[in-house]
Amino acid sequence: MAKKKFSFHVDLDSFIPASDKDKEYMVQMRPSTTFFRDGVKRLYRNKVAFVSFIVIILITLSSIVIPFFWPYSYETQLGVQPGKAVDASYNNLAPFEYGATEQKLIEQGESVFPHVFGTDAAGRDYFIRVIYGTRVSLAVGFFASVIVLLIGTLVGSISGYFGGKVDLIIMRIVDVIYSLPDMLMVILLSTVLKLTLTPVIEGTFLEAIGANIISLFIVFALLYWVSMSRLIRGQILSLREQEYVLSAQATGAKGKWIIKKHLIPNCISVVIISAALQIPSAIFTESYLSFLGLGVNAPMPSLGSLASDALNGLSSYPYRLVIPALVISLIVLSLNLFGDGLRDAFDPKLNA
Amino acid sequence: MNSKMTFYILKRIFLAIFTVWVVITVTFFVMHAVPGGPFVGEKATTPAVQAAMEAKYGLDKPVMEQYFTYLKDIVTKFDFGPSLKQRGRMVIDIIFDGMKTSMVLGLIAAGISALFGILLGAVAALRRNKLIDRIIMVITTAFVSMPSFIMGSLLLALFAIELQILPANGSTPAGLILPIVTLALYPMAYITRLTRSSMLDVLGQDYIRTAKAKGVSGRDIIFGHALKNSLIPVITYLGPMLAYIVTGSLVVEQIFAVPGIGRAFVSSITNRDYPMIMGTTIILAALIVIMNLVTDILYKLVDPRITLE
Repeated sequence: MAKKKFSFHVDLDSFIPASDKDKEYMVQMRPSTTFFRDGVKRLYRNKVAFVSFIVIILITLSSIVIPFFWPYSYETQLGVQPGKAVDASYNNLAPFEYGATEQKLIEQGESVFPHVFGTDAAGRDYFIRVIYGTRVSLAVGFFASVIVLLIGTLVGSISGYFGGKVDLIIMRIVDVIYSLPDMLMVILLSTVLKLTLTPVIEGTFLEAIGANIISLFIVFALLYWVSMSRLIRGQILSLREQEYVLSAQATGAKGKWIIKKHLIPNCISVVIISAALQIPSAIFTESYLSFLGLGVNAPMPSLGSLASDALNGLSSYPYRLVIPALVISLIVLSLNLFGDGLRDAFDPKLNA
Repeated sequence: MNSKMTFYILKRIFLAIFTVWVVITVTFFVMHAVPGGPFVGEKATTPAVQAAMEAKYGLDKPVMEQYFTYLKDIVTKFDFGPSLKQRGRMVIDIIFDGMKTSMVLGLIAAGISALFGILLGAVAALRRNKLIDRIIMVITTAFVSMPSFIMGSLLLALFAIELQILPANGSTPAGLILPIVTLALYPMAYITRLTRSSMLDVLGQDYIRTAKAKGVSGRDIIFGHALKNSLIPVITYLGPMLAYIVTGSLVVEQIFAVPGIGRAFVSSITNRDYPMIMGTTIILAALIVIMNLVTDILYKLVDPRITLE
C-alpha cells in the first residue's frame, strides 16, 4: 500500500512479526548487574583490598574461635591454685617454657599444651590474652562505629530532610562539637565518667564490660557523630536536587518510594565506607585511653592495655610489646586499605 | 581583603571564642559532677579538716557562684586557681613550666614532619609508580597505622634498650631525640601522602603543560608552579597536625619521661588534681582551637578560589 506524504496512514510494514534475526537483538547477552554486584566485582579485582579483607576476616574469626578450644583462659593465673602457695615459676615464662608443676607432668610422660607466647608477670598465658585483647579491641571498634553510624544518620537525615531552622540549629551545634578538640574531651569525659559510672553499674551485667568501655561508647556517641551527620546531610541535600528525583516526582512517585529507590541506594555506600573507616579510629582511641589507664578493666585485656603493660618489662620481654603492636597495626592497616578499596569500588566519584 | 573576607574572619573568631567558652563550661561542670569531691580518699582527714579545706578552695559555695568566679578569674587574670596536689603552686605556673619543654618538642616535631613530608611527597609524586614511590608509600602507610604510644615504645625498645645508642630519659637535650622522632613520624607520613596526591593533581593541570610548552625548565616548573600550588592542601593539615602533636605528646612524654605539660596532665588525671585537669584541658583546647582558626583563615587567604559562605 502506497503511503501518502503528510498522511496519518499507518505504515503496516512496521507491524509484521519479527524475524529470528530481529529477535536476536532482544536476547539478554548477560544479566544486567546491580550497583552492589558491580561494586563487589570491582572490589574483588582490587588485590590490595581483597587481601586486606581476608586478613580482617582471619583475625576476626581467630579472635572469636580460638578462645573456645584453647586450654588456658585470659584471666587464670596459672601459678595460683586454691589452698596452695603461689607458684612463682609460672610468672614471666618465655615462649614454650613450662611452670614447675607442668615440668613434672612432662617428665612423667604426659603432654602439656605449650604457652606459645609464654606467660605475663601474673602467670597468665600470653597467647590467649593477645587473642582475647584482639577480640575486645575489634568489638570496641565495631560497636563504636555502629553507634556513630546510627546517631550520625539519624541527626543528619533529620537536618537534611527538614531543613530551615531545625537544620540551622543542628548545624551550629555540629560546628561547635566539630571544633572541640576531641581527644582532650575524650580524656576528660572518660576520667569523669569512670568515677561516676563505677558505683552506678556495680552488680549489673554492665559491670563486666567495665565503666571505662561504657564511657568510651558514651564519648563516641556524644562527640564523633558530627562528621557522619554532616556527610549524610550533604548527601541528602544534593540527592534531593537530582534530576532523577524530580523525574520520579513528576511521574507521581510517593516519598516512600523515592527514599527507598533513590535516596538510600545512593547514600548507603558513602555511609558504609565512612563507618568502616571509623573502626580503626575507634581502635586507636581505645588503645590510647588504655595506655592512659582509662581503657578496659583488668584482668580483661585489650591490645592497647597489653602494649602499655608490656612497657614495664620492656628490657627483658620486648616481644610482649611487639606482638600486640604488630596485631594492632595489622588490623588498622588492613581496615584502612579495605576502606580505601571500598571507596574506590563503590564511589568512583569520591576518588575522581 | 574585601568585606566578605572580613566578615568570614570575624565569624570564625566568634566561633572560636564560643568554642573555648563551651570547653571551659563543659570542663567545669563535668569535673564538678564527679561524686565525692577532690578531697575524698585523702589520707586521714577528719570531716572538720575537709570542711576547712573546702572553704579554703571555695568549694563550699554554690556551684554557679564557683563557676562565675572561675570564669571571671580566667578572663580577667588568666588565673586557673591553685593546684590541689602540688601545694602552694598555681596551676598556670605548672602549665607554663611544662609548656616550655613541650613547645620545643612539638615545634621541632612539626618542623621536621613538614620538611620531610613535603620533600618525600614531592619525590614520590615526581617518580610516580617507580620503585622509590612504592617504597615511600609502603613506609608511610605503615606509619599511619600505628598509634603514637606503640611507635614510641618500639623506638624506645629498639634504640634505647637493644642498641643503646640514644638515651631513654627525655629530661636531657639528647633525650629529646626519640620523643621528637616519635611525634614527627605520623604527621610526616600523613603530609607525605597529602603532598603526593595534591602534587599529582597539580602536575596534570593545564598551566603545567603550558609552562612545559613555553620551554620552562623542569626545575622551574617543579619549584615555581607545581610545589607552590600543591602545598595549599597541606596548609589545611596544620591545625589537625597540632592537635595530633598535643594529644600525642601526652603519651610520648609519659613514655620517655619528658618533663612537659603532657606528663603533668597525665599525672594530674591519676592524682585527681581537679584544677590541674581543668586548667590543662582548657589551655590545650584553646591552643588547638586557635591553631584551627589560623589554619582556616590562612587557607582562605592563600587560595582565593575557595568560595566563602
